[in-house]
This record gives sequence, structure tokens and C-alpha cells, in this order.
Amino acid sequence: MVGGFRWAAMFPDEVWEHVFSFLPADADRNAAALVCRAWYRIERRSRWRVFVGNCYAVEPAAAVRRFPEVRAAAIKGKPHFADFNLVPSDWGGGAEAWVEAMAEGWPHLEELRLKRMVVSDDCLELIARCFKNFKVLSLVSCEGFSTAGLAAIAANCRNLRELDLHENEVEDNCLHWMSHFPESFASLVTLNIACLEGEVNVSVLERLIGRCPNLKTLRLNHSVPLERLVGLLHRVPQLVDLGTGKFAAQHHPELFSKLESAIAGCKNLKSLSGFWEAGPTYLPAIYSVCEGLTSLNLSYATLQGPELIKLISRCKNLQRLWVMDLIEDDGLIAVAASCKLLQELRVFPSDPYGAAQPISLTEHGLVAISAGCPMLHSVLYFCRQMTNAALLTVAKNCPNFTCFRLCIMEPHTPDYITRQPLDAGFSAIVESCKHLRRLSLSGLLTDLVFKSIGASANCLEMLSVAFAGDGDAGLHYILSGCKNLRKLEIRDCPFGDKPLLDNAAKLETMRSLWMSSCSVTLGACRQLARKMPLLNVEVINERKRGLPLELQPDNCPVEKLYIYRTVAGPRSDTPSCVWILR
Amino acid sequence: MSTTETGCSSTEPEVTGGLGYDETELTLGLPGAGGSRPSETDRKRGFAEAVGLNLEAASRGEDRGARSSDSSDGPVSGAVKPSAAKAQVVGWPPVRSFRRNALRSCTYVKVAVDGAPYLRKVDLEAHGGYEQLLAALEEMFSCFTVRHYPDERRLVDPVNGTEYVPTYEDKDGDWMLVGDVPWKMFVASCKRLRLMKSSDAINLATRMPQECSNK
Repeated sequence: MVGGFRWAAMFPDEVWEHVFSFLPADADRNAAALVCRAWYRIERRSRWRVFVGNCYAVEPAAAVRRFPEVRAAAIKGKPHFADFNLVPSDWGGGAEAWVEAMAEGWPHLEELRLKRMVVSDDCLELIARCFKNFKVLSLVSCEGFSTAGLAAIAANCRNLRELDLHENEVEDNCLHWMSHFPESFASLVTLNIACLEGEVNVSVLERLIGRCPNLKTLRLNHSVPLERLVGLLHRVPQLVDLGTGKFAAQHHPELFSKLESAIAGCKNLKSLSGFWEAGPTYLPAIYSVCEGLTSLNLSYATLQGPELIKLISRCKNLQRLWVMDLIEDDGLIAVAASCKLLQELRVFPSDPYGAAQPISLTEHGLVAISAGCPMLHSVLYFCRQMTNAALLTVAKNCPNFTCFRLCIMEPHTPDYITRQPLDAGFSAIVESCKHLRRLSLSGLLTDLVFKSIGASANCLEMLSVAFAGDGDAGLHYILSGCKNLRKLEIRDCPFGDKPLLDNAAKLETMRSLWMSSCSVTLGACRQLARKMPLLNVEVINERKRGLPLELQPDNCPVEKLYIYRTVAGPRSDTPSCVWILR
Repeated sequence: MSTTETGCSSTEPEVTGGLGYDETELTLGLPGAGGSRPSETDRKRGFAEAVGLNLEAASRGEDRGARSSDSSDGPVSGAVKPSAAKAQVVGWPPVRSFRRNALRSCTYVKVAVDGAPYLRKVDLEAHGGYEQLLAALEEMFSCFTVRHYPDERRLVDPVNGTEYVPTYEDKDGDWMLVGDVPWKMFVASCKRLRLMKSSDAINLATRMPQECSNK
């Protein structure tokens, strides 16, 4: 570099800001900010969208200070395994600290997206009061609030465009929360209340959506009866995304034809979901819009194979399909024949805990889809049997997978024909799919599969492992390979201290590591914590008997371990079952 | 493939590929389904899995599955094979709570705890009586322990000694003490549960002290 030449001063700051506005990803902006002090200063003042993947990775006040002009923030709290009850309910992830800091430093905040956080009504009230131009509230897999909090949002957020409540646990204590939207309020574009359990005042809802000409997404909850859906749809024929309420009623020809024409009247419909309690009676009412559908979520409908086939074969332009395993192999073969544009498939188990009647959903369905749908790149598949041969075929057919999550429901299930572990099959997936970013393993697996993953999965960002591996080598392969790994979650695997300590530095390059029911000891965690000051090493021990953790010996086994990088130091809101080692 | 030896007696046996599964397989009697109440000795896996475990058992809603502690059905079953005595593993298969709950029966009620922001759900039909329900609540909110009084049981937060009384809202919208009415009547009329601080529960409908109301 020419000494003393301040090249950043070649252009006024505004020009650099404009250049930075073309950087698509936060990672790119982060890189730009490291080039020189001037760029750091310019970039931070012009960043208006921030994503915090782990709410404890940074102090809220520090984030707010660094980026004073933020208009849109997305924050995630609990680790992913909280979805499956592996994380204690009082672990943390409270949103107050963030909402308070944002209320203080980002009064112009317009969009807030929270995932897996504990959001109280107080938080919602603070949001409603403090952000004058608030437009988007998205809560995914959150809990801790009630419809009283939603009433505050409705009453105060005059410019609200999106209220998107996805799979939250919401207490219903304010039946008339929707009545709190003022009569003058007309700005809604998205309203998703599918997760609410309580009754919805449909007349109030009708009036609300009737005065929102820009409403594109409406997802109802299962309390809205089918008869009322007709009236609602008449008010919003411009709808693009509809989540029905209860999709069952006594058979009534008049209701059927009203419903059919109301749905046909929505000429822009691209996405359908809901279908609570759907049966074959009213399903044909949606046939007229099937051709235009790009997204179909039938995963809450216990429809059987034949009905599903009749419906889905009409959806020639489908890109995303979520369905229950009741579709069976035959149904998936029909999907493969009809839905040539399919990109994402999720098949959920209708009966995860028993096996009342065997469902004929096997590896054949997955293979058929992989063969018939050339644009497929994302799969979530719950089944009970698999073979290496099938996985090899899938890998060959679909080199473009970005996300592959296979859940064979019985742990340690081998290839049912050869009785071999499924190492070869999953290895084929990671070797063929060079752009794979997310992978979930299942079935009988030895350390060999981890060797392949470590060596080949260069784009892998998230890996979920359960009931797999032989010993330490498995974990070592992962941590010493997988150069883009961000999130690793492991349960019930025989992985111990050595690979953790040998790869301590790797943990700082990742967002987080979760290990439960493995073979890690307290001593290793202590060592790790001492060695790596930029990691929070959280030991979670819910059993109440015995000595407190500080007095336990080094060889004490650790039930659950959550390690994440942070610049905020140990958090101060740990419950009694969580210790942060130093 | 050495794994760390540990001296603690609570060490779980290693999960080795496939064949060790039955050693670590959870064995448990479902509450109220003829088997014994889950106790320490039944749990091979004594982790907080027990919290979620009971949720899994509670959330099944029917009385198929493990009845007694002998539920080892072999490590693997390649072909689809309905297994009558199948042990539950917490959080497996990985189906989100929301999805599990959405496919449940309507005897699934929410459980709220005064002062805590999280809600849980319990399937009343999965339990045979008040004993089992209380045990399930104790598991669900693992920070609490059960304290026995002559005519009732309360849940106690050992950290600060606060006592919680289980209460419920019935179909008429009244808040009642759990245990007042015969079990089946309770299951039919209970809309949701709330662990109320006992100091707040004084005004609730009281019962006659002589009634043995817990069967």
C-alpha cells in the first residue's frame, strides 16, 4: 500500500454506503467492515438489517450501539433441540433484554423477528409503545405471551403490515384482542394466527380484513369453521397465501358450491395450508386453484393416500409440498409424476410413537421423488426403513441437495436388506451433494460416516446427529473437517472429551455445539472453558441430587452441554440447572 | 474407540452401535395404565429426559405401549413392525411439540405456572388419577417437588419455598382446586390447569376436609 494514502477518502461516505447496499449478505458487510477504519465506520452507520443467530453471543446494548440505524432485526434464542423438549423450560432465551435495548437505541425499528425466545406480554407492550413506525412482528416457536399482549400490538401499531405468529405457545386470556385494531387500521399485508388455540371472533376478523386492501397472507386457526371461510374469502379475493381453519363440516351441497366458488374467486392463490381435520368431502372445493399453487401444506390433515393423490396430481406447478406419511409410496410416486417443479418435500409421521398400522411409506417413495423431480433440493423425510442402495440412488439423482434430513424413526436401524450400517448411503449423499448446507442423520451409523462427512461436506453449515457413531473418532472427523460448520447438535452418541479438547479452536468458528447424553465429563468442560475465554461452556444438569456442580469431581458425567461463542461473557440469567464454567 | 471412564455410579452405559441399545433403552410403566408409577428404579436413563419422558408418555393419550418395565424389544427392527411394548425416548423422533400437540385429543390441557412464562400441556386421559397427574406435573416442572399434606399435595419450589396449589378452570369458567371432584368428572370438566401460588388460592372453592377426594 502506498504509505499514508487514505484511499477510502477517494469517495464521499455516501458513495461507499451506496456500494455497500449492494452487498447481499451480512457476511459480506462484515468482511467490508474489517478492511479499514473508514469502511468500518461507514458500514456500521449504514447497516439497517441485523441478524443475531444466538441472542447470547453479544450484549444487546453493544449491538444497538454499533449499528445505530437498524430498521430490521432478527434474533434467535434457544438451541434447536428445545423443539424436542431436550432443553429445560427455564433455560433462558428471554427477549426482554433485547427489546429494552432496542427500545432505547432503535426507536425507528420497523421489523422484529424472534425465534425460539421467551417473549412476555410486557415485551409486546414495550414494542407496541416504543416503535412508532413498527411494521413487522414475526414470532416463531416462541412462548411466554398471551392474546393480551397481542391486543397491545393491535391497538398501538398503526402501521403494522405483518403479524406472523408461527407455532407459538400462546395463552388465550383476551378473547377480543382483534377488536383492538382501530377502525382506521387498514395496513395489514400478512396475518398469521394459525397457532392460536382460542376462539376467533370471525365477524371482527371479517371487518378487519375487509378494510385491508393489501392483505396477501391470511392463515386462520382451527377454530374458524368452514362455513365462515366463505365469507372471509369474499372479502379478500386478492389473497396469495391462505391457511384455512377447520376444513370439515357436515356434507352440504350448498356449502360445497359456495366454498368452491369463493376459493375459485381467489385468482392469485399460490399457497394453501391449514386443512385441520380435513376429510375427502370438501377437498375437491380447492381443485380449481391447484394448477396455480406453488406451496401446499397438508401436514396437519389426516387425509389418506387416494385423496391426496387426486389432489396433488392437479398441482402441476408445486414447488413446496408438506404432507403426512399417509401419502405412502404410491402417493409419492404420483407426486413424482405430476410435480416436476418440486423443490422441497417434507413428509411428517402421522404416528411417531406407536406403530398402530404399518404405513407403506418406505425408501421407495423417496427414490421415486428423487428420480422424478429434477429441481428437488430440500428434503425432510420420516420413515421406518431405509437401504444404502436407495440412498445411493437418491444421491446420484439429486446432486443439488442443499438440505437433507432423514429420520428413520427407530434408533440404530440398519439397512433392512443387508443389515449393514447406513454409512455408505449417507456418505454417498455428502460426496454427491457438493452444496449441502444442512444434514440430519439417522439409522445405524459408525464412525465411517463421519469420516466421509468431515472430508466431503465442505458447504455443510448445520449437522444433526443422534444415536450414531462408535467413539471419539466420529466427533473428531466432524470437528477437524467441515470447514463451514456453524451448528452441530448431537444426542446419545458415544463421543467423549478428547475430540472436544483437541478441536477447541474449531468451536470458536461455529455458532454453537449441543451435546446431550454423550460421554463428556465435567473435567473436560472445565478445561475447555479455561482454554477458550470466548466460549460460554454451559453445563446443564437437571438432576437435583448430589453435590452442586462446583464441587463435583472432574470425572462427573455431563448430561447436557451447550457451547457457543460469545463476546458478551457469561450470561446473568441462568436458571439453577445451568452452570457456565469459567 | 475409547471413551472416558467415569467413576460416578450414575454413569449411563455406553451407547454402542446398535447392540447396546437395549441396555440404554428406557423402560417405564405408563402412569395409570396398570403398570407401576414411574420411579427411580425404572429409569435407566435418569436425566432430565425424565421430564420430557413423562410428557411423551403423557402425550400418547392411549394405553398402548409399555405397561410394565419389561419392554426391551430388541435393538433394531428393519422392517416395519408394530411393537406393543415400546419404550419412549425423550425428544425422539424429533417432532416439534407444536406438531405433536396439534394431532392430540381434546383432553389435552394447558398447564400454566404463576410467575413463569412457559406453558406446557398434559393429556388428562393418559393418567389414571390425581396421583399420577401430580407426578406428571412434578416431572414437567422439574424444579418443583411434591410436599404432602394430610388431605392434599402441593408442589413446592425448593429454591424459595413457594407453594403451588394445582387448580383448574372448569367448563363453567370457575377456578377450582384440583382434587375436589371424582377423577372422571374432573377429566370431563377441566379446561386448563394452573399452578397457583397457595397464597392466591385461598379464595377458591374449598372442599370438605373429610372427603377423600383423590381417588
